[in-house]
Amino acid sequence: MYKYDAIDRQLLDERVAQFRDQVRRWKAGELSDDEFRPLRVQNGLYIQRHAPMYRIAVPYGMLNSAQLRRLAHIARTYDRGYGHFTTRHNMQFNWPKIEDCPDIMAELAEVEMHSIQTSGNDIRNITTDQFAGVAPDEIIDPRPLAEIVRQWSMFHPEFYFLPRKFKIAISGSLDDRAVTWFHDIGLHLKVVDGEIGFTVIVGGGLGRTPIRGQVIREFLPWQHLLSYCEAILRVYNRFGRRDNAFKARIKILVQALGIEAFGEQVEAEWSHLKDGPLTLTQAEYDRIAAHFAPPAYDTAAGSGDFAEKRAADKAFARWVERNTHPHKVAGYRAVTLSLKPHGVAPGDITDQQLDLVADLADRYSFGEARVSHEQNLILADVREADLHAVWLEAKKAGLATPNIGLLTGIICCPGGDVCDLANAKSIPIAKAIQKRFDNLDYLFDIGDIELNISGCMNACGHHHVGHIGILGIDRNDAEFYQVTLGGRQGNDARLGKVIGPSFSAEEMPDVVEKIIGVYLESRHADECFLDTFDRIGIDPFKNRVYEGRAHGQAKNTERRAA
Amino acid sequence: MAQLIKDKQIVADTWLTLELGENDTAESIALPAGDVIFPFAVWQARKDEILARGGKIGLLIKGEDLVEEVAADIAHFAVIAVNFPKFVDGRGYSTASLLRQRYGYTGELRAVGDILHDQLFYLTRVGFDAYALRDDKSAAYAIEKGFSVFSDAYQPSTTQPQPLFRRRSA
Repeated sequence: MYKYDAIDRQLLDERVAQFRDQVRRWKAGELSDDEFRPLRVQNGLYIQRHAPMYRIAVPYGMLNSAQLRRLAHIARTYDRGYGHFTTRHNMQFNWPKIEDCPDIMAELAEVEMHSIQTSGNDIRNITTDQFAGVAPDEIIDPRPLAEIVRQWSMFHPEFYFLPRKFKIAISGSLDDRAVTWFHDIGLHLKVVDGEIGFTVIVGGGLGRTPIRGQVIREFLPWQHLLSYCEAILRVYNRFGRRDNAFKARIKILVQALGIEAFGEQVEAEWSHLKDGPLTLTQAEYDRIAAHFAPPAYDTAAGSGDFAEKRAADKAFARWVERNTHPHKVAGYRAVTLSLKPHGVAPGDITDQQLDLVADLADRYSFGEARVSHEQNLILADVREADLHAVWLEAKKAGLATPNIGLLTGIICCPGGDVCDLANAKSIPIAKAIQKRFDNLDYLFDIGDIELNISGCMNACGHHHVGHIGILGIDRNDAEFYQVTLGGRQGNDARLGKVIGPSFSAEEMPDVVEKIIGVYLESRHADECFLDTFDRIGIDPFKNRVYEGRAHGQAKNTERRAA
Repeated sequence: MAQLIKDKQIVADTWLTLELGENDTAESIALPAGDVIFPFAVWQARKDEILARGGKIGLLIKGEDLVEEVAADIAHFAVIAVNFPKFVDGRGYSTASLLRQRYGYTGELRAVGDILHDQLFYLTRVGFDAYALRDDKSAAYAIEKGFSVFSDAYQPSTTQPQPLFRRRSA
């Protein structure tokens, strides 16, 4: 994992001092609320429904045990004993005091963490694949390049007041696990004729206007990563719309110009920057990559009694099936600690759990952990011989629900319970669905499926790419939920289709049950939900869900009669 | 009136900034004598007249003005003022980078409009060297703290053409 040098540390300390001074000037009335707002959000500090929300970056998802313990300490000391992992490798605290945030920031800086550019109209936290460095299908470890982009993007003087926020994701594996098709810039590492580079995707995004990104360049040699990003950002900074925040993302500019014209502008800009000082050097790549060298794997360790334990204990076997993942080193697996126990807000974690994950990381996974965009924690390097011990400890702490990739492993934003932007609550919907499907046999029978919930069109729960997507909407001051089907992440990423008129909160568990019912009745052997959906289309689901339900004209008639 | 900061001091603004009123057009407005900062459109419409006038010439660039269009004229300007309509409008940073790094402008580059303490560090890095701080803000505090927020930076910029990674590995 990347270790700060003296300059990295110095910059962070200076940031703390700057923010402390900004808070002081705001309290003293030297900065108005309007003037303070952009400054505080660029430090991850929002004013929310009940209290401030403080968002901390976990760059490309990597955490070490000291950082986990520090997050636990912050949860205990400054918050209510828990935090929330988001879909963008960030951790959010929902109850800190604004006056405490400079101190929290100083505590974070001590463990090489920060909240810089986790909000605001700037380049946000760089995200990637939670299995980076260990996935068998990996072509190139994306983390060194993600760290290089992190440094370039931090306090970039030209791109600090963009038209709108800007998100970059990097994938280095055959299967895209970083949702790169739905980022402002998505980067796919690949090797062409022995040369390492990227396919560059631009103009994707979820939110109010969900758009799949488009390829702006089929192959960009890795040395040009920063100069090319600089060219894209400069065109966007100059020509992106600033008159309407809802039309200010780069995707709107790309749509307005068309990918070809936009690409020509970027290439014209790049022709001036290419081969300039931003051209990456092998020395810098090697310096950064050395931080991500594989740990000292014990390749002679074998699997111990893993196979026997797995055969003997059905609960353990289930956990291994759902919550552990192949590793490129024989005898090792990656473990997902589920932050989706039934009845708890998805992605939430207590201070005690954070401390326990730190201990598990130290004992079983070289002192490191990762955050996934599915809002779980990962121990990436666990020996198969240790899996049973890890499972027992994780289970005791409520971190071993075997529901990764199953219906109740819901991806969910914090929603209207705490978020000021939300139109509707999302967590109670997730909990109600988990309650309805609180049967492991049934969940395993349903198999692979992704359910995503967002409490508003800003789509923090990535509902557009859920196999089942649920979006909270506000209709005449009442909370309703719109359902989409068939969305997906990955190489074939696409948006779900709206199934029809929206539902009340109380209806949602029934709606999901009916959708699952259609799948179970219609599936062929070995078909997962998406396979069946792709084969039979949306109509059978629609018919079942709206069966006997008055809508449209009939509903109006009904309403008039009542 | 803003407070003009240059070389970490408050200085008197010796320039007249010509403003286009509601009933003025670039073609019809009277051209004052002396050292004048002209709106972009006035310069574009009446270069020859402005040059014939004597007196030093300044240019005011607003957000939507394309700096490329005056790239060939840069030698004529002693001041280029770049307007920030709101401090969160960041177009001017790109304008400054282009003027300094691509078009080789070496005269005074002045940030005007909604200029506040917390922009000064970034403005300096992209190449501004004069700052019309909004007059309700403390210029003394801005001079004391605003320019020295960070001791170094990762990116190349006008004031440091080499990115940190090239200086690190040196």
